[in-house]
Amino acid sequence: MKNLIEVQNIKKNYGKKEAVKGISFNVEEDEILGLLGPNGSGKTTTIGMLLGLLKPTSGQIFINNLKLEENRIQILEMINFISPYIELPKKLTVKQNLYVYSKLYKVKNIKERIEYLSEKLRIGELLNSITGELSSGQKNRVSLAKALVNEPKVLLLDEPTASLDPEVGDFVRTFLEDYKKEKKISILLASHNMNEVTRLCKSVLMMKNGEIIDQGKPEDLITKHGRTNLEEVFLKLSRSKSEYN
Amino acid sequence: MSITRIYGLFLRHFYLITRSFPRILDLVYWPSIQITLWGFISNFFATHTTYYNNAVGVILTCAILYDFLFRTSIGFNMLFLEEIWSRNFTNLFIAPMRIGEILTSLVITALIRSLIGLVPAILLTSPLFGISILDLGIFLFFLFLSLYIFGITLGILVSSGLLRFGPSFENIAWSTMFLLAPFGCIYYPIETLPEIFQKIAYVLPLVYIFEEARNILINQTVNVQNVYYAFMWNAFYFSLSIILFYYSFSAAKNKGTLINMGE
Repeated sequence: MKNLIEVQNIKKNYGKKEAVKGISFNVEEDEILGLLGPNGSGKTTTIGMLLGLLKPTSGQIFINNLKLEENRIQILEMINFISPYIELPKKLTVKQNLYVYSKLYKVKNIKERIEYLSEKLRIGELLNSITGELSSGQKNRVSLAKALVNEPKVLLLDEPTASLDPEVGDFVRTFLEDYKKEKKISILLASHNMNEVTRLCKSVLMMKNGEIIDQGKPEDLITKHGRTNLEEVFLKLSRSKSEYN
Repeated sequence: MSITRIYGLFLRHFYLITRSFPRILDLVYWPSIQITLWGFISNFFATHTTYYNNAVGVILTCAILYDFLFRTSIGFNMLFLEEIWSRNFTNLFIAPMRIGEILTSLVITALIRSLIGLVPAILLTSPLFGISILDLGIFLFFLFLSLYIFGITLGILVSSGLLRFGPSFENIAWSTMFLLAPFGCIYYPIETLPEIFQKIAYVLPLVYIFEEARNILINQTVNVQNVYYAFMWNAFYFSLSIILFYYSFSAAKNKGTLINMGE
């Protein structure tokens, strides 16, 4: 399988503080890779570097075989991002927001694309609603529609189901599974929901203090650490000091 | 440069303005109040001083010009701040937009915002005070253009600060014009300033623009050199602001400001 994301020994320092300490990983086509770690472990910094919002202190990032540093615009055309910490303009209607972002991503057949996403994400009835007046579940689906408006090859998800009720959370997970299968895209998923990660991810990276301290398939990590589920593995690794620091 | 992307970002702000009656009212309200106030002050001075008695509309014309500058600069800053306030900043900077496309779109949108406020204010001056800013003739265009460039320049400089230092720089966004206003010699000749302030004023385009507006209205002559100096300083500061914006963008990528930008 072709690697759509290749991260080679990237480091990020803020002054003397090392936020990311030389990590490397790949994400294949048609793969969801989980990025796990406690708060402050370097997940957001890593995603920021993949999005070109942060310049790595050293190391290289390739998206679809293109070096990010030299092909920023070309790469941004083929990736997208969703996070509960960023929002779409609140005063615009859902349709206006999707139209604006379709223009920014130079989407052809905008009408058809919005119709397709509206149907898939069940937001057809929300298109004329003011974005800021939506519930968090509705906003989440609209943000996901925006993130898919450019048919990305690579999707970066930062806690995509945080603060969602179980029904909407399950709908989003099922949608992501189906969409990945249909479009063969690569997804990097940062999440604190271990059930979600176990269900969606082929493999996971465990980060702590800016380093990858373990990686592998969820079931292999559970076996390796002698635990019954991924949450227990997460707790063991994040609380451990001597073994992994 | 992609026209589609520039248009897309323009649409984002166009939708925002046209969806909200209070926003349109806000754009029209302050310039109109400002012009009405200065119209009465202008009338008073015209009847009580010898300096202005040959040109009733000098103060009012300068007030309109200053307001255009103020609205352009604040308008540009507002467009940038809107992205921060709505927590849309990250979405914008992960879209495949070049810095030049973002700036071009904001420059066009800022002009439209300013004109929405300015046109009604100009239309008010004629029936209320019997004054037409068109008395400045063809040079009115050059004076407006020069003010527009300087307003945009200030907007880009402040936006560079927002990029580099984050939302904490917001207060500066509101105060830049007030800081420069005394040096701009908007309502008085440059000789009114102390000598040290005159030296500062001469390296700003504003003094040449307002001196020339007064010159045209009071002496009925045109000093092309004033217009030339205004454009020369504008070119200098505009280039500086663009360089600074690119530098701030690069610095923000190093510092991580682009990720954490928000309220």
